Amino acid sequence: MSDTTLTGFTARLPKFVRRDPAVATAFACIVLLLLVGSLYSPSFLKVDYLLQQLKVASFLGVIATGMMLVVLLGQIDLSVPWSVAVGAMMACAAAAYGPLGSALAVPFGILCGVLIGLVNGIGVAYLRIPSMIITLATNAVAQGLMVVYTGGFSPQDSATPAMRWLATGFAIPGIPNSVLIWALIGTGTVFLLTRTRFGRSVYGIGNRERAAYLSGIDTRRIVLIAFAICGGLAACGGVLLAGYASKAAQSMGDAYLLPAIAAVVLGGTSILGGRGSYLGTIAGVILITLLQSILSVMQMPEAGRQIIYGIVIVAMLLLYGRSPASR
Amino acid sequence: MGEWRYWFAAQRGTLLAIAIFVVMFLIYILNHPAGFTPNVVQTASNKAVLLAFVAMAQTLVVITAGIDLSIGMIFLLTNCLASWLVLGTPTETAFGVVVVLCAGLLCGALNGAIVIYGRLQPIVATIATGAIFYGLALLLRPFPGGSVNEDLADFMTGKFFGVIPASAVVLAAVVLVVWVPFSRSTLGRGAYAAGSSDVAAYMSGVPIRRSKFLAYSLAGLLASIGGLFLTFFTYTGEAAFASGNAYTLFSIAAVVLGGVSLFGGKGSAIGAIFGALAFRTIGDLLFVFDFDPLWQPLFQGVILLIAVSLGAFALFRVRNRLEWFL
Repeated sequence: MSDTTLTGFTARLPKFVRRDPAVATAFACIVLLLLVGSLYSPSFLKVDYLLQQLKVASFLGVIATGMMLVVLLGQIDLSVPWSVAVGAMMACAAAAYGPLGSALAVPFGILCGVLIGLVNGIGVAYLRIPSMIITLATNAVAQGLMVVYTGGFSPQDSATPAMRWLATGFAIPGIPNSVLIWALIGTGTVFLLTRTRFGRSVYGIGNRERAAYLSGIDTRRIVLIAFAICGGLAACGGVLLAGYASKAAQSMGDAYLLPAIAAVVLGGTSILGGRGSYLGTIAGVILITLLQSILSVMQMPEAGRQIIYGIVIVAMLLLYGRSPASR
Repeated sequence: MGEWRYWFAAQRGTLLAIAIFVVMFLIYILNHPAGFTPNVVQTASNKAVLLAFVAMAQTLVVITAGIDLSIGMIFLLTNCLASWLVLGTPTETAFGVVVVLCAGLLCGALNGAIVIYGRLQPIVATIATGAIFYGLALLLRPFPGGSVNEDLADFMTGKFFGVIPASAVVLAAVVLVVWVPFSRSTLGRGAYAAGSSDVAAYMSGVPIRRSKFLAYSLAGLLASIGGLFLTFFTYTGEAAFASGNAYTLFSIAAVVLGGVSLFGGKGSAIGAIFGALAFRTIGDLLFVFDFDPLWQPLFQGVILLIAVSLGAFALFRVRNRLEWFL
């Protein structure tokens, strides 16, 4: 009996809710957070504040975009923390080499991230090492390299004006540049995922790599490219962060691994791969950013934030991220 | 003869880990200015035993084809808890030790419940629970501090009869009390079976859920023994995020060096212990050869990268390309 009422109930829901309950839940949570926040402080619903949140979210958004590509393949990239730091540090380091260095700072930082991604991709695609393990290892190597390079201290080089402009400037009045960059990267990703062979292959591999391989897809190349993009985007996030703070720091990326994974997973992308939409990732990123913002407005100490984070992720996963029961 | 060959094949990873450790330790000792004295062995044992406990914990989970990325955070949390509780009279101290061990067991059980009964992927689930454990540790110790029963601590980090390091004896005792009974029990074999093939084990009526749950819980317990020892060495509790992450990472490295397959179903905690000892000795080699300590993270990272890449040699044995995609 309850079954029929349930189908009757779900049938009346709008189409996008039926198609993707996770994305709808995430957006509902965003609205809920905004309401709770506005009870706490009336400035929560002001345009200025929301734009500021969007700007903060854009750094996480860029990083989470790369993570999503990898998660769609059914893999994971745990080298994000030091890819972010490497991108930031290398861009700042290039800035110390005169005008040519400053001109090439942004591409150079991103290139270093792509290199880390390529190592990950070769390990996962060609050497068949579990992604979790190889990315942890490259993360350690990247950290080691940066410790040797910086001598264990935060580097003295500062960000170039171009990097600062990218992170904090306004090309269009009212809209921060970092939000524009996220929008550009997001549009590119949506195009890539829904309109190109590469995108279809990513979903195919995520569902069943064997079947994708037998259908004539060069699955190893696709995996390699996806990891390279992920590394590049993480470094790009690092470059933006360095521009925002106007310098790089030792462990600046540590705070982005868990939120990036959480944003992707909360947005309804299956951690097993093959399922998920970019809209969900956007929702996840905004949700995480708002949650962080509210917790800091409430002056929650770091300890409480970590606990709430963990609980929210586990709870949302239990709601819609469970694997099927074995039978 | 035949029996012996099977045993050798099954223990190959463990034996290799022991061999690597012996070679590394010999190089270390031969180049150490003080040479082979009880004090050098005691220091080496004390340093390595922490990682050995965490690696043992990771082994239990990895055998079931899972992974516990929160293991370093359980280690931190129990360290912080011990810096509050393992104090005072012998009775109070004993009570504190029991509470700390129970807390570890509980953390492991929470991971197990979420992964097995909640049917979540171990990677994401344990990253999330790791955040919770770290938050709790930070709640207990926002700043490094606290103290510990120093008599007990000195006893645990000292030497028996002036020769044998106590930490090594405790490690051996834990192996005998936790690992040997587990690996020989029905549930322990179930953990191996579940790691080797979940579906086949389920079809054969192996209690895979209970086996895995026990493996995760015991992993928490072993990590808490590591946390206790950390308190004995440092006399304080500290919620250091980087240190927790490093232990998680190194535990995976130790497990891989110790011949435990990350795909599950293969390897033993003994191998992982020797993997941990070898990993620590390799790290210390830098000091005997007077390298700049700045190079240590890079050196450890490269060793980790090489260790995990060694698994790729199995690809040469694959006859059918489709077996690449498991």
